[in-house]
Amino acid sequence: MKNKKAITFFVAILASLLVLAGCGSDGDDSSSNGNSSSGDSKTVKFMHLWPEGSSKTHNEIVSEIIADFESQHEGVEIELEVLSNEQYKDKIQVLSTSDELPDVGMTWAAGYLQPYVEGNKFAPLDDLLDGDLKDQFVSGTAEAYAIDGSTYGLPLELNIATVFYNKAIFDEYGLEAPETYEELTDVIQTLNDNGVNPIALGNKDRWTGSLWYMYLADRIGGSDVLTNAINRSGSFEDPALVEAANKVQELVEMDAFVNGFNGLADEEAKSMFMNEQAAMYLIATWDLPNYTTNEDVPQEFRDSVGYFNFPTVDGNGDTNSFVGGPGVGLFVAENSDVKDEAKAFASFFVEQWGEKSVTQAGVIPATKLDAESLELPQMYVDVLEDLNSASNLTLFADVQMSPDTAQVHLDMIQAIFGMEVTPEEFAKEHEDALSAEE
Amino acid sequence: MNKVMSNKWIIALYVLPALLLIGILIFIPLILTGYYGLMDWDGVGAMEFIGLDNYIAALQDLKFWDSAWHSFLLAIFSTLSLGIYLAISLILASKIKGADLLRKIYLIPMLLSSVAIAQLWIKVYNPSNGMLNYLLMAIGVENPPAWLADTSIVLYAIFIPILWQYAGFYILIYYAALKNIPESIIEAARIDGASPFQIAYRIKLPLIMSVVKVTIVLAVVGSLKYFDLIYVMTGGGPNGASEVMASYMYKLAFTSKDFGYGSAIGFLLLIITLIVTVIVRKATATKEEIQY
Repeated sequence: MKNKKAITFFVAILASLLVLAGCGSDGDDSSSNGNSSSGDSKTVKFMHLWPEGSSKTHNEIVSEIIADFESQHEGVEIELEVLSNEQYKDKIQVLSTSDELPDVGMTWAAGYLQPYVEGNKFAPLDDLLDGDLKDQFVSGTAEAYAIDGSTYGLPLELNIATVFYNKAIFDEYGLEAPETYEELTDVIQTLNDNGVNPIALGNKDRWTGSLWYMYLADRIGGSDVLTNAINRSGSFEDPALVEAANKVQELVEMDAFVNGFNGLADEEAKSMFMNEQAAMYLIATWDLPNYTTNEDVPQEFRDSVGYFNFPTVDGNGDTNSFVGGPGVGLFVAENSDVKDEAKAFASFFVEQWGEKSVTQAGVIPATKLDAESLELPQMYVDVLEDLNSASNLTLFADVQMSPDTAQVHLDMIQAIFGMEVTPEEFAKEHEDALSAEE
Repeated sequence: MNKVMSNKWIIALYVLPALLLIGILIFIPLILTGYYGLMDWDGVGAMEFIGLDNYIAALQDLKFWDSAWHSFLLAIFSTLSLGIYLAISLILASKIKGADLLRKIYLIPMLLSSVAIAQLWIKVYNPSNGMLNYLLMAIGVENPPAWLADTSIVLYAIFIPILWQYAGFYILIYYAALKNIPESIIEAARIDGASPFQIAYRIKLPLIMSVVKVTIVLAVVGSLKYFDLIYVMTGGGPNGASEVMASYMYKLAFTSKDFGYGSAIGFLLLIITLIVTVIVRKATATKEEIQY
């Protein structure tokens, strides 16, 4: 009996030890980390959001760059962690609260960046931008990562929104790419008369509808009107911004968008466009591979896709003014133990990324490129040329705004498209939210 | 062994690991959530103590009350649907042919992950290519609704997969409870000339009443804190039409980056759920416990 008691004791202690060990693993991690940074080889932790499954080519390029970096920098090791987009966002947030951010990681511009910069989590990278990376970026991209004069992120991608359209459908009904709003409404009318969905829109995601609104605002009121309303040098109740909301409802009323767009995800809208169920689709250039190089998409469809810049409205607007912005960029953690190495890696990454990303993954990089010297599909060359002649780049509205106001904006976008509010109410809700933050 | 189990220290030792886990994973975070609710905090930077401002703001927040109303609607529908599950279980338990197979079929939705169910029903509800609208158009409905886009329908459209998802779970519980009723009681009733309906209503139902009460609490609490399908299928949209308390909390904390306010909503959600649970338990309490 005594023996049995001892065994019971032993098992119970073992069980509690297991529990304690589970809780304590955190401590082990940090101690081993300390060892490695004090020794000869330094470890730079790097987290990105392109898992092999969903972003294969991106993932491969990253691996190549890391291998190159490690071979050129003896004694520096890159420790990699890969998560998919949403999980990445959640994890970064949690890590930052416990001050365990990776040395180098990915961030988004402007509004997303703000709390991290104010919380002193990201390191300013001005020394890189004045040094190795001077004049490397397309203008307007690195600036999107600047807060109070310092830049905290190195942009990797640049996306501009354009209207992709199905040339085969357009030809069938004798239509041409519209250059004015009137021509656009004519196209929509003709397509509707023939039972073709004019525009694929997945407004469950809300930023998709925001693109339409932003372009209408840009064409009606000029490239500054929305930006000024957001940075408070103007007002959201500007007539142009109200009129843009009005135009949105005009389009909704004439059934310009596919049925039930407010409940569709962008992916569903995209699949409607790609299955030739809708003739037009406003999306940013991250979708270019689908219409050029992606072998999974039928060649016939890829050949039939063209794009046009958003039309002018009532004779106003500059078709070379774009809505867009840098996608993800790299940050370096402020409290990193290996900040110099981390910065060197980030800088190296950006330099290598430019050409590799466009030729291998079909990403438009934020760094300047010579389109002529690269072998690229025609649509890429066109887009890169458009970028060179761009008169303005307006950053996505939900990125420009603080996270709080962005929610108001996005909810209002669904409401205005869903005819739940009037253009005036739409503008007023924005104005209230923006002025509450001042 | 009896001697071991009567030693209080040993009992404490055995309970300790579980207690530690529950404490660390549930109770401490609960208290912390209430505490964060007193802060102005974006989840990244420094916290600032603002007293009860977040809680007061939440109580005046129409969007919060809208989402609370949606949660309550879900609770009401889940509770009502328990009646249907009970009826199905009664039929299944009455030795009909293929009851075993049917029981397994009813259980399938419970085995699927919420995300898979959400994706499935997104496809079903797709306004242009979805199965549902295809059927409706085939039988001559000209303008079938855009289920997930119409603000007046979307909430109910999501309730259906939620109820469908949990049907198997409740049917399983009722079925097990019904199977537990001694055959002799049913037989005695039958000899006394009770009809099948009388047996179900007067004998079986009272005998499993305690189980029914538990399922009511489960359904109500589960509905009030429900999150998954709503998050995946509509994200609470369009414009908040399908927002429930938990999805609103998530949105505030993780999308609007307002952790203080989100925590306050989370804590209110806990309090509301507790109050409702107490009310439901009081309302369904009876003095006599039937023994058999």
